Amino acid sequence: MLDEPKQPLVRVDNLKMHFPIFGGLLRRRIGQVKAVDGISFDIIEGETLGLVGESGCGKSTVGRSVLRLYEVTDGTVTIDGRDIAHAPPEELRQMRTQMQMIFQDPQASLNPRMKVSEIIAEPLREHHAGTAAERRQRVLELMDQVGLNRDFANRYPHEFSGGQRQRIGIARALALNPKFIVCDEPIAALDVSIQAQVVNLLEELQNELGLTYLFISHDLSMVRHIADRVAVMYLGRIVELAPRDALYDDPLHPYTKALLSAVPEPDPAIEEKVERIILTGDVPSPSNPPQGCNFCTRCPAVMDICKRDEPEFREVQPSRFVACHHFNDIT
Amino acid sequence: MFTFTIRRLILTIPTLLFISLVLFTIVKLSPSDPTGNLPLTIPPEVREKIRESLGVNKPLLVQYLLWLKQFFWLEPRIFLEHSFGWNLGTADETRLISYQTRSPVMDLIVQRLPQTLWVVGVAYLVGTLIALPIGIISAYKQYSVFDQLGTLVSMIGFSVPPFFSGVLVIVIFSVMIPSDSYFWLPSIYDTTHEVTDWASFKYQFRQMIMPVMVLALQITAQISRFTRASMLDNLNQDYVRTARAKGLKEKTVVLVHVLRNSMIPVVTVIALGIPSIFGGAIITEQVFKVNGLGQLLIIAIQGGDVPTVQTLTFIFAILIVLFNLIADVLYGILDPRIRYD
Repeated sequence: MLDEPKQPLVRVDNLKMHFPIFGGLLRRRIGQVKAVDGISFDIIEGETLGLVGESGCGKSTVGRSVLRLYEVTDGTVTIDGRDIAHAPPEELRQMRTQMQMIFQDPQASLNPRMKVSEIIAEPLREHHAGTAAERRQRVLELMDQVGLNRDFANRYPHEFSGGQRQRIGIARALALNPKFIVCDEPIAALDVSIQAQVVNLLEELQNELGLTYLFISHDLSMVRHIADRVAVMYLGRIVELAPRDALYDDPLHPYTKALLSAVPEPDPAIEEKVERIILTGDVPSPSNPPQGCNFCTRCPAVMDICKRDEPEFREVQPSRFVACHHFNDIT
Repeated sequence: MFTFTIRRLILTIPTLLFISLVLFTIVKLSPSDPTGNLPLTIPPEVREKIRESLGVNKPLLVQYLLWLKQFFWLEPRIFLEHSFGWNLGTADETRLISYQTRSPVMDLIVQRLPQTLWVVGVAYLVGTLIALPIGIISAYKQYSVFDQLGTLVSMIGFSVPPFFSGVLVIVIFSVMIPSDSYFWLPSIYDTTHEVTDWASFKYQFRQMIMPVMVLALQITAQISRFTRASMLDNLNQDYVRTARAKGLKEKTVVLVHVLRNSMIPVVTVIALGIPSIFGGAIITEQVFKVNGLGQLLIIAIQGGDVPTVQTLTFIFAILIVLFNLIADVLYGILDPRIRYD
């Protein structure tokens, strides 16, 4: 990455997010769910990092803890040179202007008792000086920017369709001119026809405003479309992180291979010949992950060492990172 | 919303008429005799004459229609005459007369209403004002010591009936504490007491403390639980996370986003509870000797005073129907997702 002139905007180092489990008569702490267990990655300014993985692997938890919507257990998150993970509350509140989030469920993430204009204007009122008229002007601009009719400013969220609601969510996230936006499955709750519109909108906004995205999704083809680099998560850890084309053309980690082989092929002639890697067994519980490599219970290429030692997340080829014992000897 | 309200108001007319018929029949069917409380020395034929004069021997339907006429036609006109000094020619018509006191029922109610409103109304207000912060803090700090304490107090409020808690506080504050102590409180509510200066206000305050707090304990228990549950529902909603992600102050997140949405069901519960203020708190009024509506109703039931029982219960019915409507309308105003038209 020496030839990369831009500095990373977001730097996540050994992030851990463990949720306690309480139980028993006195509701004592009896264990923890290791939703995110020591992950590290950088996001360079202006790029889109895709984060993929199956349900329950900790994708959304990463997104939320990067923005510190959860109090992280361990590790640091640096956004634009400032440590988010340990900032005091008031400082953190000021930093929120730089980082925003687009949520998965556009219905639930909008306050049902606020009009669209109030939803979008609220962060402006909280963080910027300015008159009501100026705020109003900015709200209308934002609505134009995300393709919402200005006449809808005084409507309530329930009066919109899913795609329009997600546009409200995007306008709201953009209101403070953030540099970094976490898109937490922004299209998962939408119709396929609307998904493309919203993704295109996100791309346009990125080009116009120079935004940096962390794009969380389980839709591999959508990530291929929008992301510059892709990180694959399995059971709270990143198993592979690579530039998009390299990852999709030549996946290194056995899990990535299995995951990509599951993507449907539109051409039925090819579809018939596709060899799928079918994983057996279930994902282990994140409250009790296996010893050694997290994937060792289901890995088709498992070795003895995988059940003993945790593989190191290391750069095996230029700008390609993998956590797998198979690649320990290559470099 | 307006047409909805009008439609509902029109619908209340047959509802109330039906309620009044049911009430009248039930009260009439109860085996009580309006002359039963009179001295035993009165000979049977005189009793029969008394019954005749009260109109008890007429057919039920006639009695019912007469009551309807008196309640809906005569009494409102008398009310207007009293309020505005008009003359609507009501002087020679027979009013709704209480069997027991031989005075018009409406006059009795008007006399008793201030007592009830003062004690029960203030208790409702105090109870609500205590309940809301407790509910909000309990939900925000779920399972904290404060929350556990709030749960305990609510359970006590729910499960300890006022005839026990009322007597308990009387034993503590009126009996065990010497009467010259600063903490002594009068156990009997003096209805004739008038507030004219600071000292009499202080006395009024002192005599209200016990009945108000006994009632407020129950009201607090109910509303604080409700507020807590509603707050908890909303605290985990996605839009609260959105509000935090916007970088709002925690106070704004809780008080503007969470509280406003949580208050939708709470406000309706509070509105639905208001008729019970007018209904009085029958037991608490008895314990503290407050001469309110609740006590009037109990005495009327004991004396077989059909017009009083009938009129009082019917007024409660009107209030309940009315506040149900108000709660529905409030719901529509508070929650933009609900539209009635």
